[in-house]
Amino acid sequence: MSDVTDSPRRILSQLELLESEAIYILREVVAEIEHPAMMFSGGKDSIVMLHLAAKAFAPARIPFPMLHIDTGHNFPEVLELRDRLVARYGVNLVVGSVQDAIDRGIVREEPNGSRNRIQTPVLLETAEKNGITALLGGARRDEEKARAKERIFSFRDEFGQWDPKKQRPELWNLFNAKVHLGESIRVFPLSNWTELDIWEYIAAEGIEVPSIYYAHQREVFERNGMLFAANELCRPTAQEPTFLESVRYRTVGDATLTAAVRSHADTVERVLAEVASSRITERGATRGDDRVSEAAMEDRKKEGYF
Amino acid sequence: MDLLRFATAGSVDDGKSTLIGRLLYDSKSIFSDQLEGVERTSREMGSEYTELSLLTDGLRAEREQGITIDVAYRYFATPSRKFIIADTPGHLQYTRNMVTGASTADLAIVLVDARKGLVEQSRRHAFLVSLLQVPHLVLAVNKMDLVGYSRQVYEDIRREFTEFAAKLQIADLTVIPVSALHGDNVVDRSQNMPWYEGSSLLNHLENVYIASDRNLVDGRFPVQYVIRPHTSEHHDYRGYAGKIAGGVMRTGDEVIVLPSGLPSRIASIETADGPVAEAFAPMSVTVRLEDDIDISRGDMICRPHNQPSVSQDIDAMVAWMSEEPLRPGQKLALKHTTRNTRALVQSVQYELNVNTLHRDESAPELALNAIGRVRLRTTTPLLTDEYRRNRETGGFVLIDENTHCTVGAGMII
Repeated sequence: MSDVTDSPRRILSQLELLESEAIYILREVVAEIEHPAMMFSGGKDSIVMLHLAAKAFAPARIPFPMLHIDTGHNFPEVLELRDRLVARYGVNLVVGSVQDAIDRGIVREEPNGSRNRIQTPVLLETAEKNGITALLGGARRDEEKARAKERIFSFRDEFGQWDPKKQRPELWNLFNAKVHLGESIRVFPLSNWTELDIWEYIAAEGIEVPSIYYAHQREVFERNGMLFAANELCRPTAQEPTFLESVRYRTVGDATLTAAVRSHADTVERVLAEVASSRITERGATRGDDRVSEAAMEDRKKEGYF
Repeated sequence: MDLLRFATAGSVDDGKSTLIGRLLYDSKSIFSDQLEGVERTSREMGSEYTELSLLTDGLRAEREQGITIDVAYRYFATPSRKFIIADTPGHLQYTRNMVTGASTADLAIVLVDARKGLVEQSRRHAFLVSLLQVPHLVLAVNKMDLVGYSRQVYEDIRREFTEFAAKLQIADLTVIPVSALHGDNVVDRSQNMPWYEGSSLLNHLENVYIASDRNLVDGRFPVQYVIRPHTSEHHDYRGYAGKIAGGVMRTGDEVIVLPSGLPSRIASIETADGPVAEAFAPMSVTVRLEDDIDISRGDMICRPHNQPSVSQDIDAMVAWMSEEPLRPGQKLALKHTTRNTRALVQSVQYELNVNTLHRDESAPELALNAIGRVRLRTTTPLLTDEYRRNRETGGFVLIDENTHCTVGAGMII
């Protein structure tokens, strides 16, 4: 190490700082926790997190498995990319199936057909069965008001529940990963990233994300002011005429709930320009599940949702 | 684009949430669906104005009770900078929350109500900013509209606060008169206060110089994780992964590894994108040394002629954050850089009254939200610098060994 006061301006850009912080968090998880796993939804945030994990441990392989909770309501483009990424990074993939849990009577299909809420017990069961004590997630604090108050290392009790009033203070970069048997930690390395940061990083690093994030022609119909793809998972009623539209997805979740937005952004540069000028939050625009009430996310998190 | 992290603190009703809402709103960082939600709720509450404070109150209990429970993080960007706000509530658990929010902040904004002037909490907040060594402090004199935009009111508060701040180690203080409700001097310079010649708040946040706040002099590399691929391609590979906590490291530098004291030389500094000639705080890198020496997590790589203290006796200012008081004889888990150890509380030397700065040497223990000087004995040596010289190598947390809760924040003297 050298004494240098001569020096160029040693300033990191916001993306370099966020990358350095995320890599530090990922390494901290592996150093402090015995059996972590990374939640993988196939969405852009989890793909960015996977990319960061590969960087954090290079030239070694990523030292934890990926965990995908398969709602059965998938976009085929997402599953296809998931399998290619698993092969590319040489990671293990653990899949927890919601359909299987329904068949076994562990959870019951909700009347509206959405599997967003019932994936939580499947997540908790799959983690427990595989001895996983920490789950890495791609959630960001800018996504939603309840997330804005969550720690980077977020403690969960033996029921996997989050208690917003009993969070551990988190100072400097000193993360407390201690838990008792049965309790667990959720870790969010992308906490400080915004949607725009994610897209800038995808552009800067040339990261491949599912094609549905880019504008394409799709047969859609309008419901509650949002555009849904018309297919076997999501059928329009007689009052909901379908039409062909140039759309893209801003988030990837349960295919029955995730809406598309009108867009002609068919390249990463165009998506960046669109995100930078968007006046609607990504969840507000595209997620039927967060529209139920002002506290929809808070309630699901308390039950153990990500 | 660079990044500024700032924390906000104020007493109840100083208008902190409104100020943040105003910053987000006037810098066009509010999305239309968020604004619609806030407008709807404001109408339901029977409010005359759009309650911008609702933008930041996230949890149901907070909306119902009109309070803020916990540190909340907000994000916005202007063409010149990205900002992370740690929004810390002023009442419940204020010390704990403010210490948390300030620990990573480059700048802190303390709000006062122009009608009330400095109150006990303003002094407390300023003290915590200095204790946590936040490099830049802004005193925002809010609600100027309610004192007729009076220059005299502003000048009196500014003078009184500047005198108080002189007793603290506050390197950079800026005082700005604002009205968060009406937007005066928040984003644009106010027409209502032509006598104020300084920057608007946002303009100050965009331009305050933070690059020299880091310690780029003392080379400190706490080893976080040892990378050993165990593959045929990288058979003998051994790399020390970590985030640089201070200084600049270059390939070829002579180094010493602590606590063993073994010397070596940096063979390469690697990132997943390839090797780099030099790296500096706070980059996450992987360092390889020329010699095969036994190094593990918690060790520190530094320079032979610039080393941290190596000691098991730690004197520190501790902010206590648990209902159960800190007492001599107590045993706690301690985390410092990448090192986990245990600590025994030897003594509480004094409790500091954060309003008067008076030292109470008869204090037997530290209660919730108390701050005092404490002597600890650790089971393994810590590799430390004074907190005021380096926040990364001078700060530690104390963890209750039974509950596993984080109960204390320590700043080494």
